[in-house]
Amino acid sequence: MSEVIVITSGKGGVGKTTTSANIGTGLAMLGKKVVLIDADIGLRNLDVVMGLENRIVYNLIDVIEGNCKISQGLIKDKKNPTLYLLPAAQTRDKDAVSPQQMKDLCQTLKEDYDYIIIDCPAGIEQGFKNAIAAADRAIVVTTPEVSAIRDADRIIGLLEANEIRDIRLVVNRIRYDMVKRGDMMGIDDVIEILAIDLIGIMPDDENIVISTNTGDPIVSNESTIPGKAYINMCKRITGEEVPYLDLESPTGFFGKLRTIMGMKG
Amino acid sequence: MGFFSRKKTSKAVAKDRLKLVLIHDRVNCSTDVLEMMRADILQTISKYMDFDEGELELKVGSTRSDTSGNVVPALYANIPITNIKKPKG
Repeated sequence: MSEVIVITSGKGGVGKTTTSANIGTGLAMLGKKVVLIDADIGLRNLDVVMGLENRIVYNLIDVIEGNCKISQGLIKDKKNPTLYLLPAAQTRDKDAVSPQQMKDLCQTLKEDYDYIIIDCPAGIEQGFKNAIAAADRAIVVTTPEVSAIRDADRIIGLLEANEIRDIRLVVNRIRYDMVKRGDMMGIDDVIEILAIDLIGIMPDDENIVISTNTGDPIVSNESTIPGKAYINMCKRITGEEVPYLDLESPTGFFGKLRTIMGMKG
Repeated sequence: MGFFSRKKTSKAVAKDRLKLVLIHDRVNCSTDVLEMMRADILQTISKYMDFDEGELELKVGSTRSDTSGNVVPALYANIPITNIKKPKG
């Protein structure tokens, strides 16, 4: 069974593109055939996060307008043979695509791929409408901040109004040290407010920035905590039940020392 | 939180502010609901009194709770009565 999943957030800068890149790569690592679509027309970025910016010839609009075949528009990933990227057009406007065209494209892609992951632009205008048009499921990315959560709530309302029932939440960039001292909302707080089910928790980790610098999604580095968290998220997307990582344990030299000496907390 | 301070954590402040703002957002999102509610309220009240429909106001705002002292969302209805109907029967 093939599925179209839109990654969305409302607010910009919360990590939609990074999440999309890692989910796409992670699903391919699990042996799935995946297409990542960058629906952020005019502000293309998924290509650089994936490290595929030098291989672009055609884009989403070329495919939709029939300037090239779908197979010509799809860029094969560097590492994963079952992963493809359909980049956004950089020089066009969001109105160049219609929701119906997105539906038609995804319907065709569904014949050959297990997952079509759509990286949605920020905002709730035309670009958002195009990105969600074909979606069977949605993953809402938020950070534990009032502005991001407020926008996520709005997006959840709009997704529901568009009959997308399967909506799951990724809480991104959480800092347990801040949660612990009462200066950041925790996972429970965010879930209580948004009232949707979780699918992933991502700690604020500098390795994610480093992997974006080099264009290698961190999920391929399973020795890191975010790498593990992303692969677990992907397994949950495929329907597997995976427990959440214990990210609240003390970190750093003294934290580890305390754990070793049995002085938890 | 410090040992002696009774100040709310910034997390608690954030959560309270968010809850309030979301109630506003959610109602504003669904103007349909507010419109339906307005129609229902009018229908009920019109059984007992006449009022100036043009001046009628229905909105979601906030108020300070009498019991907890927190700011809570509230539904405001401003219905100018022009005449009380005599009870039937």
